[in-house]
Amino acid sequence: MSSTTEQSQRGGINVARLLMSFGPLMFLAVLIVVFTVLKPSFIDPINIFNIMRQISITGLIALGMTFVILTAGIDLSVGSLLAFCGMVAAVVAKGGTANTLSLSTSGTQGYGWFAALLAAVVVGALAGGVQGFAITRLKVPPFVVTLGGLTVFRGLTLTISNGGPISGFDASMRWFGTGLIGPVPVPAIIFAAAAILCHIVLRYTRYGRAVYAVGGNAEAARLSGLRVDRILISVYVIVGFFAGLAAFVLSARLNSSEAVAGIGYELTVISAVVIGGTSLFGGIGSVGGTVVGAALIGVLQNGLQFNNVSSYTQSIVIGLILILAVAFDRWLKSRVRR
Amino acid sequence: MAEDAASSQSPALLAVEGVTKRFAGVTALSNVSLEVRPGEILGLLGENGAGKSTLLKILSGVMPPSSGRIVFDGVEFNPHNPQDAKRLGIVTIYQELSLIPTLTVAENIFIGRAPLGPLGLVSWRKMEEDSRAIIARVGLDLDPATPVSALSVAEQQLVEIARALSLKSRLIIMDEPTSALTETEVQKLMSIMDRLRKDGVAIMFVTHRLEEASAICDRMTVLRDGRLAGHLDREGGPIKLPKIIEKMVGRAASELYARPTQRDVAGDIRLSVRGLRTVRDPQAPHAIVLEGVDLDLKAGEILGVAGLVGSGRTELARAIFGADRIAAGTIALDGKPIAPETPADAIRLGIGLVPEDRKHQAIFAALGILTNFSIAALGRYSNAAGFMTERREREALASYRKTLSIRMASPEQPIEGLSGGNQQKVILARWLARDPKVLIVDEPTRGVDVGAKAEVHQILVQLAARGIAIMMISSELPEVLAVSDRIVTMRRGRITGEMPGIEATEEKLMELMALDQKQEAIP
Repeated sequence: MSSTTEQSQRGGINVARLLMSFGPLMFLAVLIVVFTVLKPSFIDPINIFNIMRQISITGLIALGMTFVILTAGIDLSVGSLLAFCGMVAAVVAKGGTANTLSLSTSGTQGYGWFAALLAAVVVGALAGGVQGFAITRLKVPPFVVTLGGLTVFRGLTLTISNGGPISGFDASMRWFGTGLIGPVPVPAIIFAAAAILCHIVLRYTRYGRAVYAVGGNAEAARLSGLRVDRILISVYVIVGFFAGLAAFVLSARLNSSEAVAGIGYELTVISAVVIGGTSLFGGIGSVGGTVVGAALIGVLQNGLQFNNVSSYTQSIVIGLILILAVAFDRWLKSRVRR
Repeated sequence: MAEDAASSQSPALLAVEGVTKRFAGVTALSNVSLEVRPGEILGLLGENGAGKSTLLKILSGVMPPSSGRIVFDGVEFNPHNPQDAKRLGIVTIYQELSLIPTLTVAENIFIGRAPLGPLGLVSWRKMEEDSRAIIARVGLDLDPATPVSALSVAEQQLVEIARALSLKSRLIIMDEPTSALTETEVQKLMSIMDRLRKDGVAIMFVTHRLEEASAICDRMTVLRDGRLAGHLDREGGPIKLPKIIEKMVGRAASELYARPTQRDVAGDIRLSVRGLRTVRDPQAPHAIVLEGVDLDLKAGEILGVAGLVGSGRTELARAIFGADRIAAGTIALDGKPIAPETPADAIRLGIGLVPEDRKHQAIFAALGILTNFSIAALGRYSNAAGFMTERREREALASYRKTLSIRMASPEQPIEGLSGGNQQKVILARWLARDPKVLIVDEPTRGVDVGAKAEVHQILVQLAARGIAIMMISSELPEVLAVSDRIVTMRRGRITGEMPGIEATEEKLMELMALDQKQEAIP
C-alpha cells in the first residue's frame, strides 16, 4: 500500500538529509566569508594553514570520537588520555623522565620518534580497550567509565612526570609537529590522511556498517548476528589510538609533553562531532560532518582571535554555536519530517 | 442493546467536520468527518497509513488541522497543545504508555497535582488513599506504592485508564490498547470499557484487531488512504468482519486469508528439539519458562505454533536462536547436535529469526533500507579485505525488491519511512540473503496492513516450497490456519497438542491452547 503518508516521508527525508549534511558546511562558508570581509588577510594561505594546524590535534581525536558516538557511546577521557600518551611518548623518545632540552639531533639516549609514536598509539589503544571492556563486560555506562578514566589517566600522567613537563625532542620527531610538506603543515596532512581513512572505513567496509547498526539498534544488531560487545570495545580502542596519535603530534609541535595538556579537549572534540551532525543517540553521522565540525570550531576560534576578541568571549561564542547547531539540526528534522 | 437507541439520539460530544491535514504538499487526511456521542464506543479502523494517527494527533492537540472544524460539546475546539485537550476532558491513551516507570502508581496518577497537606507539603497518605479508590474503579487491586516498573503491561494500561478517569475525562481515546495484552486481560479491558460506556463516557477505540472492535463497538468509522471509507452501524448485532475488511481494503474479504491447498510435505527432519527447558532469568522475570519441549521441523514445511501471549512461543524461538540460555535439552540441525550460545552462532548454522517486536528487535529505524537488508549477511556482500561489494549488495536488494514486491523509493531511504508490511518484507529479505535452512518468524504480520498480510503469507509459502523449514508463531488463528502445514499449540511453556493443518479448526486449536489445569499437571 503506497499510502500518502508514506510518500510524504519519502520526499521529506531526502530534503532533510540534504540540508542536514550541508547545513554545517553552509554555516562554515558563511563564517569564512564574514571573517574575510571583516579582515581580508583572514583568507591568506598562511592563516588557512595555521587554522589547519590548529584543528588537527582535536580533529584527530574527533575522528575516533565519531566512531564512539555513532554507537551511542561517549568518551570523556580523551583529554587526559592525550596527556598520558604524550608523556609515554616523551619517556620513550628521551629514554627517561629527565626534563632536558636536547642540544643535538644525534646522540640522544632515547629510542627515537618511531618508538615514541608506537608507544603513544599502543598505550592509547590499550587504555581505550580497557574502558571498552568495563563498558561491555562490567555493564558500566560509557559516561561513567570514561569519567573515571578522565581522572585516572590524568593521575597517571602526573605520577610519571612528577607534575612537570618533559621537553626537548630531536628534530626528526619535532618535524611531525612543525614540519611542512610544500606549504602544508605536517599535522594537517596527518589529519587529512586519517580523515580519509576513517571515511573509507565507515562508509565502505563491513566494519563500518556494523558500527552504524550497533548504534542504530543494539538489540536488532545482536539478533542479526553481530558481535555487539566486540564492536563496542573496538570503537573505544579506535578513539584511544587517535588520542595517542594526537598526543604524539602535539608533543612534537610543542617540543614538550605537558602534564596539563589536553584539559577540556573532550568538550572541544565532542562539540566538533556533534556540530558535524552526528547524533548522540547513535546510528547517524559521518566523518565528513566531523571534519566540518572541527573546521567550524577552528575557523571560529581563529577568526575571533584575528579580530581581537578575547578568549573569554570566544568560549561563550563557541558554546552558543554548539547549542544553536544542534537546535538547527532538530528544527530541520521536525520541519521536514514533521 | 437497549442503550443504543437512546445514545444514537443524544447530540454528539465530539464532531469532526471535514478535517484535512496536509504535510509539505501531501495530504495525509482528506475531508474526514465523524461523531462520538456520550455513552458509546466508536471504533476507528483503517490500515497503517490510513490516517488514524494523524487524526488522533489532531484531536489530542499535538498538531492543528489544515482545514475543517472540530466541535466538542457544542463549542468549536482548537487545541494548541495536549493540555488544552486534557482540560476539556479529552484524554488519549497511546500505544506507548506514558507512565513514568520509576514512580509509584499513586505518584503517576497524581503527577502534577499531588494533594497537599496543611503546610503545603505533599500529603502522601491522602494520595495513596485516593489512588486506591481510583484504581479500584478499573478493577485493579494493588498497593498504590508499587513502582510502575513492577507492573505488567496490562496493569499499566489500567493505571492509565484510571488516571484518565480521575481527570474527569468525558472522551477517552484509546490507541491500540489491546496490542500487548493477553486474552484474559483483553476481556477485562473490554468489560471496563463497557462499564465506562454505561457511565456515559464516550470512547474512541482505535484498533487493528477487527474481532475486538466488532465485539464491543457501537459504531465504526473506517479510514482508507486518508479518506473516509465509511461508517458502520451496529444493527441489532455486532458489525460483521467481512463488512469491515471490505471497507478497509476496498475489496472483498474472501480474497484474504484464502486457505491454500495443502501441500504434500515429505521432507527430511531439519530441526529437532528434545526436552528443551529454560530457567527463570532474574533480568526478565516476566518471561515464560519452557518445560520439556519436543519439536520436529521438516524441510519445506510451515509449522504453525499457536498459543496465547505468555504461552512460551517467543521464548521457544529465542532459545532455538541462541538468544536466551538453555538449561537442559538438545537441539539438532540435520541430525547433528547444535548448541548455539548467541544469535551469531545460530545464524552461522543456518537459522534465521524474524522477531515479534519489529521496531525494537529487527529494524534499524534511521538507517537506510540497504543496510537494514544486508546486516545479517555482511560477509556475503564484502570481499576478503572487509570492503563492501556494494554493487552486488544493491543488485541483491533490487532482486528481492522485485520478487517480494517491496514498495520503496530508494535503497538509501530510511526504513522507518516504509509501511509495516514493507518493513517486514525487508526483514524477510535480510534472512533470505543468507539462504537459511530454518526460518523462525514470530508474529510475521503484526502491525502489517490487511492487504500486505496476504502477501507475507504468500512469501512464506514460496519459501517453504524452496525447501526452507519455517516455524511460524502467531496469535492470529486465521493466519495459522491459512499457511500452516502442521500446527502445534503451546500453553505455559509446554507443547499441548499437534495436528495437521488441514484438520485444524479455530475451535480445536483454542481448546488445546487453553488446556485445563488438571491435564497440565500430569508430569
